[in-house]
Amino acid sequence: METLIGLLVAAPLLGAGVLLTGGKRLDRVGHWIGTLLALLSFVFGVVLFADMLGKDADARTLTSHLFTWVPVGGFQADVGFQLDQLSMTFVLLITGVGTLIHIYSIGYMAHDERRRRFFGYLNLFLAAMLLLVVADNYFLLYAGWEGVGLASYLLIGFWQHKPSAATAAKKAFIVNRVGDIGLSVAIMLMFTTFGSFAFNQVLPQAQQASTTQHATITGIGFMLLLAACGKSAQVPLQSWLGDAMEGPTPVSALIHAATMVTAGVYLITRSGAIFNAAPDAQTAVVTVGAVTLLFGAIVGCAKDDIKKALAGSTMSQIGYMIMAAGLGPIGYVFAIMHLVTHGFFKAGLFLGAGSVMHGMNDEVDMRRYGGLRKYMPITFVTFGLGYLAIIGFPGLSGFFSKDKIIEAAFAKGGTEGWILGGAGLLGAAITAFYMTRVMLMTFFGEKRWVPDAEGHEPHPHESPSSMTIPMIILAFGSVFAGAFFSLNSRFVHWLEPVTGHSEGDSPVSAGTVTAATMAVLVVGVGIAWLMYGRRPVPSLAPRGSLLTRAARRDLLQDDFNHVVLVRGGEHLTRSLVYLDHSLVDGVVNGTAASVGGLSGRLRRLQNGYVRSYAVSMLGGTAVLVAATLLMRAV
Amino acid sequence: MNPANYLYLSALLFTIGAAGVLIRRNAIVVFMCVELMLNACNLAFVTFSRLHGNLDGQVIAFFTMVVAAAEVVVGLAIIVSIFRSRHSASVDDANLMKL
Amino acid sequence: MPLAAAAASQTSTGEAVQFWILGTVAVLGALGTVLMKKSIHSALSLAGTMIVLAVFYLAQGAYFLGVVQIVVYTGAIMMLFLFVVMLVGITAADSLKETLKGQRVMAAVCGLGFGILLIAGISNASLHTFTGLGQANTVDGGNVQGLAHLLFTKYVWAFEITGALLITAAVGAMVLTHRERTEERRTQRELSEARVREGRQVTPLPAPGTYARHNAVDIPALLPDGTISELSVSSTLRDRGQIRDVSGDAMRRLADLEQSSERWLGREGERPAAERSERAGLAGRDNDRAEEGAK
Repeated sequence: METLIGLLVAAPLLGAGVLLTGGKRLDRVGHWIGTLLALLSFVFGVVLFADMLGKDADARTLTSHLFTWVPVGGFQADVGFQLDQLSMTFVLLITGVGTLIHIYSIGYMAHDERRRRFFGYLNLFLAAMLLLVVADNYFLLYAGWEGVGLASYLLIGFWQHKPSAATAAKKAFIVNRVGDIGLSVAIMLMFTTFGSFAFNQVLPQAQQASTTQHATITGIGFMLLLAACGKSAQVPLQSWLGDAMEGPTPVSALIHAATMVTAGVYLITRSGAIFNAAPDAQTAVVTVGAVTLLFGAIVGCAKDDIKKALAGSTMSQIGYMIMAAGLGPIGYVFAIMHLVTHGFFKAGLFLGAGSVMHGMNDEVDMRRYGGLRKYMPITFVTFGLGYLAIIGFPGLSGFFSKDKIIEAAFAKGGTEGWILGGAGLLGAAITAFYMTRVMLMTFFGEKRWVPDAEGHEPHPHESPSSMTIPMIILAFGSVFAGAFFSLNSRFVHWLEPVTGHSEGDSPVSAGTVTAATMAVLVVGVGIAWLMYGRRPVPSLAPRGSLLTRAARRDLLQDDFNHVVLVRGGEHLTRSLVYLDHSLVDGVVNGTAASVGGLSGRLRRLQNGYVRSYAVSMLGGTAVLVAATLLMRAV
Repeated sequence: MNPANYLYLSALLFTIGAAGVLIRRNAIVVFMCVELMLNACNLAFVTFSRLHGNLDGQVIAFFTMVVAAAEVVVGLAIIVSIFRSRHSASVDDANLMKL
Repeated sequence: MPLAAAAASQTSTGEAVQFWILGTVAVLGALGTVLMKKSIHSALSLAGTMIVLAVFYLAQGAYFLGVVQIVVYTGAIMMLFLFVVMLVGITAADSLKETLKGQRVMAAVCGLGFGILLIAGISNASLHTFTGLGQANTVDGGNVQGLAHLLFTKYVWAFEITGALLITAAVGAMVLTHRERTEERRTQRELSEARVREGRQVTPLPAPGTYARHNAVDIPALLPDGTISELSVSSTLRDRGQIRDVSGDAMRRLADLEQSSERWLGREGERPAAERSERAGLAGRDNDRAEEGAK
């Protein structure tokens, strides 16, 4: 069984290697190779899962030490795997949803001549993400972390001929680097503090050392949070996510549902022991989560680009998860549960959006959609189910997981609990609003289609079955996953041995929370219907209020970055350049000039006349003889 | 007389030879001066051999002669080929290697 | 020289006398090597010094080396030097004027300093007694046997290496002086045909020398008009500028002879003035007349 963990990672990695080095002769079969290897990885995951279910709850962790990667004195980095319930959950989500997205891409990318390369990158993405979640130490996790960053860069910029895509890829990469610095600093701190990278060394020690090395552990916590912000697109490192929509839609689905953005949640959950020992860091985590969930939701309301609206929603949903993870043992389980259900419905929503775009000549502006439910029935139904799931319609998966998070937020207790719970409820209301808006603008109302730039009238049609089947499967997940997990607190029991769980002490009863959620849901949907369902949607966006305009510009995130970071950086650079020119260059040039002058004089000694050289030799010999005599005399 | 006088003579001859190398421009004469220096060394070796009462110094002098012979052969060959191409045996003319 | 003495402080008086006389010669020879203008003189001075050194070797009991010094140095190496000197040009006397600025001064300073240091070093060493070679030369039955013993036992490795060095040097000298012939050597017939075809100097070159007074190869022949014929001197000498032009000399002497013969015959003033003024330019006619006069 242990070897299977390695094979789990190796299968997509092999696919990436074969597809990226195989050349054009694989063009015709490349997508099948990629999909099959992803499927193989999923099968390995299922086998491991079955094996794990057969064991006791406390003895389910599998470990496998492959080899020692960097053995240098006291510094020892291993390549080893650890598969526990938490990793298992991620493995199934990544490989399962990943495989579905592979299948979907076969149809979606059918007309792209670089499809083989695309599948190579997808496989690389899966491999890196799997490595991230099955690593048994932070060092190897970091390798997977960087691999995810690389793969996301390659995929977001896949249509590199578009300058916007190339820029978006660079933006994602650079913003992620900022987060990566956090992770690397955290790892360095761990090594100096605990002398190891391994989870089974660092985490128990962190728990014990919470009083003695409080400051260090808080520092590690903050650095890990920075890392999570980078990968999971949380405030203040959220700016890359919206632009990442430049990539092909399956990539967006993969980034938002199964890989990449979930890495931050995984990191915080995995490092739970550290956060439990550092309450200040936990506060920071919940703050980031709460701010982001509102931020993303507001941005989602204003976007007319269907993918960007969904991107805002992802940001918001991940904000829920981060907030839950920051709550400590009362929230970890629900963070992961929401992650899994979100994986289903968000993947379904993105694939649905891709299907709509596929039928509408790659138009992304929702104001040019309308009335599509008759033309794309399957897409409409699956997208609709995903929509119901994300707004938390009773019985669907989003209802169970999001509800639990809001409950847990209240259970945090005190003012903090009220604030967080309130933020969660407000977020739920806004979510209902903007998702209803997306739904109404896309599938209902009258047609607002316009010909594309080349004058082709759109002919909306249902997508091929390779695209619809994954959507149907994901729709099933969106509908039933939540109920399945919540039955008998199944998911809580499953994860409890790894993350720990406590019920907390909520000032509000669960029923009240559910009722409140339902109420805000109705309010959100109602407002949306009033604004977009009851009256026709204008084809051109109205100017809108100040908040709308700001939200359209991603709440000025890029402007903030530009003013504070870019301008500041430019000023800093300019002053450094001035310093460089005047001071550093002055010293350097002065040295060079004096050396040059000296050399010019010394050069005269090299006059090319052998007799001059002979004089120097004889003089040198005389000096040597004199030195010898002097030494003897002394 | 003390045999050390031979050493003084050797030093004198060596110095004269060295001065000749520095002063003369004709490559052949320069070579002769080098030979003079080598001979001065040989005289010192032979004298030391006598002072110490063993033959090692003479063996070294013998080797010096052999090396000197080899050196002269190659050196003169170089002079001849330089003369052939530049029609001059002056060491100052071969200064093309300077900057 | 005491044969068996373990240590002595003085050599025999005979050796001392020999040292002072021959030492002076050696130093003079060395100075001559350095200071002589012509390299041939330098070479001869150096040979003298080397012979003196050979005598010193013999006097100090290094019999083998003494003989080798004469055979190898004065015999082979100095001959090689003379050979090259001849090849390069014996008469090209070097100017002893220094061209490098400060070279003389630096050479003097360094040379003097070095010499003084060496002499100081020698006098500083305690060399009041010496062992002598009597013992060492008799142990193996003689100086040559003793050297051979050392060469083929203790120094055999160095000996082998020296052999390799000599071979390398021989090959190196051949490589350096060898010139690849890139075209077929032209036969005498081809050369004469080429001469005729070019129409330049079809006849053999004129022989050098002027009358019987001069027959050296560097004296050019005189043409009928009294000027010299460059072609009569070898091109090597011409290139070196070593032509001794004696035409003016011969003219002057002929004129003297003519004058004296005229005076003797008492026919002065008989010749027209115009004819006499031409004398310098038309040497040929003067020559003829002078010869007639001499008869």
